[in-house]
Amino acid sequence: MNQKSVAIEMRDIRKTFGSVVANDGVCLDIYRGEILALLGENGSGKTTLMNMLSGIYFPDSGEIRINGEKAMIGSPKDAFSYGIGMIHQHFKLVDVLTAAENIALGLKEPGRLDIDAVAKKIKEICDTYGFDVDPYQKIYNMSVSQKQTVEIVKVLYRGADILILDEPTAVLTPQETDKLFAVLRNMRDAGKAIVIITHQMHEVEDLSDRVAVLRHGQYVGQMMTCETNAQEMTNMMVGRSVTLNIDRPEPVDPKPRIEVKGLTVRDAEGIVKLDDVSFTANSGEILGIAGISGCGQKELLEAIAGLQGCDTGSISYVNDDGSRKELIGMDPMAISSLGVNLSFVPEDRLGMGLVGNMDLTANMMLRFFREGHSVFANRKNPRALAERVVEELEVNTPSVSTPVRRLSGGNVQKVLVGREIASAPTVLLTAYAVRGLDINSSYTIYELVNRQKKAGVAVLYVGEDLDVLLELCDRILVLCGGKVSGIIDGRTATKRQIGAMMTRLGGEDANA
Amino acid sequence: MHNKTPLFHIAKRKELPWYGAWAIRAIAVLLALVVCAIVTTALTGENPVEIYKTIWKGAFGTPRKIWILCQNLAILLCISLAVTPAFRMRFWNIGAEGQVLIGGLATAACMILFGDKVPNAVLIVMMIIASCVAGAIWAGIPAIFKAKWNTNETLFTLMMNYVATQLVAFFVIVWEVPKGAGKIGIINQSTEAGWLPQIGSYKYLLNIIVVAVITIFMYFYLSRSKHGYEIAVVGESERTARYVGIKVGRVIVRTMLLSGAICGIAGLLLVGGTDHTITTTIAGGRGFTAVMVSWLAKFNPFTMVFTSFLLVFLDRGASEISTNFGLNHAFGDILTGIILFFIIGSEFFISYELKFRKSAKKEG
Repeated sequence: MNQKSVAIEMRDIRKTFGSVVANDGVCLDIYRGEILALLGENGSGKTTLMNMLSGIYFPDSGEIRINGEKAMIGSPKDAFSYGIGMIHQHFKLVDVLTAAENIALGLKEPGRLDIDAVAKKIKEICDTYGFDVDPYQKIYNMSVSQKQTVEIVKVLYRGADILILDEPTAVLTPQETDKLFAVLRNMRDAGKAIVIITHQMHEVEDLSDRVAVLRHGQYVGQMMTCETNAQEMTNMMVGRSVTLNIDRPEPVDPKPRIEVKGLTVRDAEGIVKLDDVSFTANSGEILGIAGISGCGQKELLEAIAGLQGCDTGSISYVNDDGSRKELIGMDPMAISSLGVNLSFVPEDRLGMGLVGNMDLTANMMLRFFREGHSVFANRKNPRALAERVVEELEVNTPSVSTPVRRLSGGNVQKVLVGREIASAPTVLLTAYAVRGLDINSSYTIYELVNRQKKAGVAVLYVGEDLDVLLELCDRILVLCGGKVSGIIDGRTATKRQIGAMMTRLGGEDANA
Repeated sequence: MHNKTPLFHIAKRKELPWYGAWAIRAIAVLLALVVCAIVTTALTGENPVEIYKTIWKGAFGTPRKIWILCQNLAILLCISLAVTPAFRMRFWNIGAEGQVLIGGLATAACMILFGDKVPNAVLIVMMIIASCVAGAIWAGIPAIFKAKWNTNETLFTLMMNYVATQLVAFFVIVWEVPKGAGKIGIINQSTEAGWLPQIGSYKYLLNIIVVAVITIFMYFYLSRSKHGYEIAVVGESERTARYVGIKVGRVIVRTMLLSGAICGIAGLLLVGGTDHTITTTIAGGRGFTAVMVSWLAKFNPFTMVFTSFLLVFLDRGASEISTNFGLNHAFGDILTGIILFFIIGSEFFISYELKFRKSAKKEG
């Protein structure tokens, strides 16, 4: 451990936004040849702290030392001159340019731009660390993981030896995550300092050498990863002891509620997204939906919610008395006017489920503004609902008049879920309900979903974390390339089994 | 190493109390006046204080000038109110000019074709309906194309302006009085058929009252009604709107019909209320000025009263100095431009603040 040299020392860093204190008295050391995981709940100030290193924000007070010298990072350009590069959650690439052009963009090198020389240098970087990038590929032809790789190569190209990655795995499949981690380990071994922000405990344990924890903007402590465990780290983050077990009550009087038969869906380009999908979702039960991302999960939920046109097949809603209603070809208005109370927590919270610029009250109104015959919209009931949701779900917000985009990820999701379950639905569709949420908020969401199940709601839970699916769901439907690979019992299935079914239709059986 | 601290950095303000925001705007106006004074002295050698006095006189000098100011204010405000629901929906309607013209043309058509043939009350009802329908059609066409085929509304509404101008030019020749004059002249001058009634002896009062009613209506429509809420949701995110079952295309068309109808009313007020004739320049660029009024007021109908007042005031003052000092009207426009630059620029300082280096702050 002695050969590790300090790259960055942050001392007593304080940053406020108006009356909100994002960071206060934070001291943090970042070493070369080490991967540091920065942990903390949503809104605990991790990203703000790192943005001060990358020159996006400037601290109100405190000192940053780089290689032992006091540093002033006033702009991203300054950050680069200190060798600091940050990979943000949202990529900053020009779609119509190639990888090499994006990487060369903004660099001031004397003489004419020699894109082939740039490409050659990119190749060298790729070979050193094990990246896989085609310098001449256009960004819009790339997958999310390829774009991320370009972002990482971009900062390396500019000579960064301190890399900060803000939730890099949130957009990656497990396979892509493994690839990324391999590259990060190579970079660490080459003596670079790496900081990674993540919520996934198993990733922290898998990848990092050291863990630093922030809580409510303050530095709580640090420890070596090999000397700690998920439980201890979580307790430190939350500030009290939490249980990491997900409750799974027995299904409550399961009866068929949604019956999907032979559903086929094509997207706007005519590509088949769902192919002959059939299943039944029961009331009082959680049906998990697993699959590699982009295997039709989004289309399936949107088809049921009336937001996606369908080619063939049927989606029927089954009433308690056994009568059926066909939902295909209906928009959300028509579905609710049939008396079907269907709630949907979409993947894109601020782009679809909520309106970021509107306050909590106005967002509650989205579902209820049509109530009553008056031409004027009733704001009293939504306001009361917003206050109730804030209180019951412990939403951290200055008031119900705050625009939701100002809230942190976990609180945004609580507002959305709170609204969706407020109408006492009979069907609840959720897509990646805990993506980007910290452990504490995630458990709140699991609990809310379980409560709905106990109330007899048919829950469809699209998730990406197989451990959670196995702990939470009664049955798990596995999608593979838009087809149903199989439906298995959540109590007896194994992770390996689901993983196999995700990549091959029918899993190991089909392979035999 | 200390000198490497940036002199200042820009930070977003948390929230400014309303008086803070207005203080910043007042400072901006004062600074603008100072800069205008320097420019005036440098370019013309005139005493800037005299110029300002003349601007004031041009706007408020006589009761008649005040009435003209109010009339201009009412029409500009009416058009600004008309474009606002579309802007709230992020539908960039820059076709108000054409919608006003076509509303005015429909009014004039009723007056010319049916004047003296039907009772005056019936004629006025016909004019109201015709102007609203004409404006609504002119705005509805781009809206339907946008809703069905997602065409670009900015280009479409802009092009509709030219069509409207040419239509008016055509009908001016068809209805010209006397033949060969190339203009219509005062319509029904002897009978006053179809002239909107005058309240007491005040020629412009009716227009002002109508626009005041529209202002109040628009405020409640946008901020309290279900329609207003739908407009806001569609403007913020079409995906969210679809997700909650709002029919986006229908909201776009409905809102634009309303927008166009109010533009049509502006045309009605111009042709039936004050001018009693129609020319291709009857809207006088106000369809475009209205865009600025609406934006400056951040789409709030009541604030629009102030922003349209400001623009009309500057415009009236500019005409006055051009006649009094023998200066070109363009000079008035230069001053208007400087003042607007400062006012729009002040919005930046309302949302952001400059944080100066600590030591500099102590010295200062």
